[in-house]
Amino acid sequence: MNARRPFQDKPTIRVEGLTLVRGGRRLFAPISFAAGPGEYVELLGANGSGKTSLLRAIAGFLHPRAGSAHIERCEEPSLALHYVGHANGLKGQASVRAHLKYWAGLFGGAPSEDFVVKALNLARVLDAPCRTLSQGQARRLALARLIIAPRPVWLLDEPASALDYQGRAVVGELVEGHRAQGGLVLAAVHEPLGPKPSQTLRLAA
Amino acid sequence: MRALGAAFQRDLALMWSGGGALAPIGFFLGATMLVPLAMGPERTLLASAGPPLVWIAAALAVLATLERLFQADLEDGSLDQMLISRAPLELLVLAKGAALWCAIGLPLALAAGPAAIALQAPLERVPVIIVSLALGTAAFVGAGLAGAAVTAGVKRGGVLIALIVLPFFAPPIIFGAAVAGGKDVTAALMILGGCALAAAALGPIAAAAALRLQAE
Repeated sequence: MNARRPFQDKPTIRVEGLTLVRGGRRLFAPISFAAGPGEYVELLGANGSGKTSLLRAIAGFLHPRAGSAHIERCEEPSLALHYVGHANGLKGQASVRAHLKYWAGLFGGAPSEDFVVKALNLARVLDAPCRTLSQGQARRLALARLIIAPRPVWLLDEPASALDYQGRAVVGELVEGHRAQGGLVLAAVHEPLGPKPSQTLRLAA
Repeated sequence: MRALGAAFQRDLALMWSGGGALAPIGFFLGATMLVPLAMGPERTLLASAGPPLVWIAAALAVLATLERLFQADLEDGSLDQMLISRAPLELLVLAKGAALWCAIGLPLALAAGPAAIALQAPLERVPVIIVSLALGTAAFVGAGLAGAAVTAGVKRGGVLIALIVLPFFAPPIIFGAAVAGGKDVTAALMILGGCALAAAALGPIAAAAALRLQAE
């Protein structure tokens, strides 16, 4: 993890009276919470309870019907967050290496390919086109974004889905490492990831 | 800047690996080769009416590449990553448009040379036809970005894209046909340049606005 620098920012997520509507249906009762640097917040809830929508609202993709969701105290708002959603953001024809290079350019990263590949156990498939990856390998590649470029806030949507035991352990270590550096992690999960959450949010209608 | 370079390189590489300009050029040449068959064997008729038809074929060839332009990004989650990257979405869209023009627009303009000759255009007019199509395809791509973004969430949206985009294809086709027909070449080329610049400036802004809505 030494390739990453500690953050200058003291990232804070502030959600106040947030109401989200999808397809005319209100997803959950208005929710308010705040989380600061070094926190790991677990987001729990049944299927369809709005975990993904909450993450997307905080990322700024989804506009709230009422209330607000903001990331505060980051110097550079465009460098505030990583979002790892259900869709991995991969192109079938492009190789694993091409993705790492693209993301390094897109997000402004520097860490060596070696480190990323070793941490996520992708060495064997580095030059393979992504359509040949297994679900778990594709997930690992999506998680590589977290290492490639430092961002104070991580929004993770079921980060361990499709991962094997070792992969889950890596995700746990990444989250712990990020917290230790003053980062903030908000993850929607069905089963605990491993690290002890500082807050647990339960979404209900 | 680095983000834009990375986006341009990646889009260009993806377009090439997807067959690049081969299919659009095949379509373009095939369509123009049908014109003499439909018009009959009279050379004077072909010489007067044929050359402007390269513009119709080029417009349709560009149109055919638009459907998946943003749809794939929306489906596979790449769009989310573009939204949170350090570069503004407008510029990333511009980079994609530039890649599309390099991968498809420029090769189409070059292929228009032999096509125009086959349609009985005088040889000395072929270079200006190529230049005019290079400008014209840039205008098509700019308008196409906006159409492709608006319909990114629509399955089988190809026809819808055509309905949205074809009116914006009209100005470049009007002045492009003037160039191909050998009338008012300088003035028409300048207007085509204006169309290309306007489309390159406005297309990405409109497309980015539409994509932000699509991401919801």
